[in-house]
Amino acid sequence: MASILFLLFSTLTVLCAVGVVVNKNAVNAAGCLLLCLVGVAGLFVQLDAYLLAFILLLVYAGAVVALFLFIIMLLDVQGRQSFGFSGITTFAGLMAFALLLTGLGTIAVKGHLDAPRLNRLAAEGANLKPYAQQLFTTYLLPVQIIGFLLLIAMLGVIVLSKKHATEEPAK
Amino acid sequence: MMTASLNEYVIISSLLFVIGFFGVLLRRNTLVVFMCLELMLIASTLALVAFSRFNATMDGNIFVFFILTVAAAEVAVGLAIIVALFRKRQTVQIDQLDSLKN
Repeated sequence: MASILFLLFSTLTVLCAVGVVVNKNAVNAAGCLLLCLVGVAGLFVQLDAYLLAFILLLVYAGAVVALFLFIIMLLDVQGRQSFGFSGITTFAGLMAFALLLTGLGTIAVKGHLDAPRLNRLAAEGANLKPYAQQLFTTYLLPVQIIGFLLLIAMLGVIVLSKKHATEEPAK
Repeated sequence: MMTASLNEYVIISSLLFVIGFFGVLLRRNTLVVFMCLELMLIASTLALVAFSRFNATMDGNIFVFFILTVAAAEVAVGLAIIVALFRKRQTVQIDQLDSLKN
């Protein structure tokens, strides 16, 4: 059995995810994505990953969704056809739907993952210390690489969004 | 208090993934397709945190750290590409971006 909070947050998450897909207006889709992220952060809190929930809200809700909204307003793409149902896409979608639904059903019916109840396990992710210890010992090289990746991404974005002099101006 | 089991978290995570997958397949607006990609990333994140919690290890949580960083970089670069594309073609609808077709 699941707790009330789990049911609440998971329902919010799934409903808002559906909202992202079915909303015709891109701004409403971004709003749904925001609510969906709040739901996932709630689930993280249920899993005692407080730091990750906080970072998820900060990075995703604070930065990524805001960036999406900026771009939507900048490009002003509204009122066009938003769903495409060509023959092959519909076929692929139906096939994928059947396969994924089978997989989900298998998880739901037979997937006893044999995990002990939560209260018998130590909550490793609840404190800051394990994160710091792991990041600065086992995962030191990945941290450096990720930092370099962020630098490269920043440079790439600057180059991409620069207007080139040779390019003729768009009408 | 009753707590949810790992099974339920995995089901929610795979549901999120499926919904994001359908968004990528069926939507025609590049920005919304991009949002659905983020949804799929979030679903994998949720599965990692749940497995990490139920096995009392830290590795999944640390991995989520890296996934969040890469996702942030990916969003920045992807949105810059979309803006550059819009400048060039005046549209972000997928079915109108077919210059590689012929």
